Amino acid sequence: MSVSRFWRKIPQRYNLVGTQCTTCGRYFFPPRSLCPDCRRSGNIVDHQFTGEGTVVTYTVIRSASDQFDHTTPYVLAIVKLDEGPRLTTQVACLPEEAKIGMRVKSVFRRVTADGESGTIHYGTKFVPVE
Amino acid sequence: MRDVAVIGIGCTEFGEHWSTSFRDLFVKAGALALEDAGLSGEKIDALYVGNMSAGRFVEQEHIGALIADYAGLASNNTPSTRVEAACASGGLAFRQAVIAVASGMEDVVVAAGVEKMTDVGTGASVDMLASAADREWEGFAGATFPGLYAMIANDYMHRYPLTREQLAEVAVKNHENGAKNPIAQFRNRITVDTVLNSSLVADPLRLFDCSPITDGAAAVVVVPLERAREFTDSPVRVLASAQASDTIALHDRRDISTLDASVAAGKRAFALSGLSQKDIDLVEVHDCFTIAEICAIEDLGFCKKGEAGKLTADGVTALGGQIPVNTSGGLKACGHPVGATGIKQICEVVTQLRGDAGARQVDAEIGMTHNVGGTGATVVVHILGV
Repeated sequence: MSVSRFWRKIPQRYNLVGTQCTTCGRYFFPPRSLCPDCRRSGNIVDHQFTGEGTVVTYTVIRSASDQFDHTTPYVLAIVKLDEGPRLTTQVACLPEEAKIGMRVKSVFRRVTADGESGTIHYGTKFVPVE
Repeated sequence: MRDVAVIGIGCTEFGEHWSTSFRDLFVKAGALALEDAGLSGEKIDALYVGNMSAGRFVEQEHIGALIADYAGLASNNTPSTRVEAACASGGLAFRQAVIAVASGMEDVVVAAGVEKMTDVGTGASVDMLASAADREWEGFAGATFPGLYAMIANDYMHRYPLTREQLAEVAVKNHENGAKNPIAQFRNRITVDTVLNSSLVADPLRLFDCSPITDGAAAVVVVPLERAREFTDSPVRVLASAQASDTIALHDRRDISTLDASVAAGKRAFALSGLSQKDIDLVEVHDCFTIAEICAIEDLGFCKKGEAGKLTADGVTALGGQIPVNTSGGLKACGHPVGATGIKQICEVVTQLRGDAGARQVDAEIGMTHNVGGTGATVVVHILGV
């Protein structure tokens, strides 16, 4: 991912900042700049998510693209945040620990990098809540 | 709106075409389709070419013009348009051709699909295919395409009674059909054990749950039904063309293991044609992964949610079954050159309806195709009949 493309979403990727439509109250992560329910009558503001949620479904990636291949196997999941929206994320746990319905919370982690000398892309992963 | 008919089909062998280029694959399929239609190139009013990612697979954009040029149509200045909807590019190219003819804007239109995937390594290919999903919010986290379908499979198996063995039966059945298809990439039979003993790609999906990386091209010719007899004694009518969209990311879907776009496109196609599921004699569905065929059978309304695994294991979707699914071998065994798959599905249904399918022939007068882009963000459904 190009530096500018990554840089543009640093607050969202590092700190789980999404958006909310104050017209209907719906939360969005990944962030949206248009509410699909209210469309042009919506009013979108930034929202800091608490980072707590539940695993809806998951998989263990054994074969990945070149960029992620050295990190396999890793747990990939769809997590439903307590505020409502769902996102795709890695869960930093052992493959055998992953379960549907598992409670998780967000953490700041290195996600990937553009080669050995390129930009390191940090972002949000999740870990199981004890 | 005019009725539309298919008068010619052509398909290259699907597989690893090391010595054949992107453009030569297309030229071969196009020539076969024109020969089948008894047409010469100067009669073509327009071309629609489905292609997902030539820009990344072979570093070539501007596919419409390239294809027209190497098909020998540059001197005729024939309009040629590339159509892209990830793995549904082919189905969508067919739909654009049908719309062009139905509207009265064009008379003789070629719809084609082509993809040359083996010029890059597997890792690069996996990365490109992942761009059919949301690059910023799925791909960034490390989602692969098999990984997304694996999450559908885990969600499905958590909620419905589908066993790992039933899932494997989808691949076994499709290899059985592929073994009878001369253009199929894999013409070998496999067993449930072959699937269960293959390596894990993304749990619970194993290598033999996944469609392969494939080179191939397919083309069909469509004309107004009223002109079809000028070209052929066996025209196949387009009874419905339907398309639907959904969220680009799997995590934003209403229901993880229902493709709402499949449901919507299927319903529209049945409404347009005045037909119902019981009228359909065969279906080519988008089995990019075994779980995708399970979902497709249910989402198109051939059975209730949660029943397709048992249906498959009971042989209902096999060649001799009540509703044969993927007589071509599907994406799993016939192969999946992403942009060409939607057109190959049309070719297979036309072949079956003409009675030309040889060892895999089923008794059929009406067939359906179901072509999916991404994890269900685009779905294109067609119904064809004789």
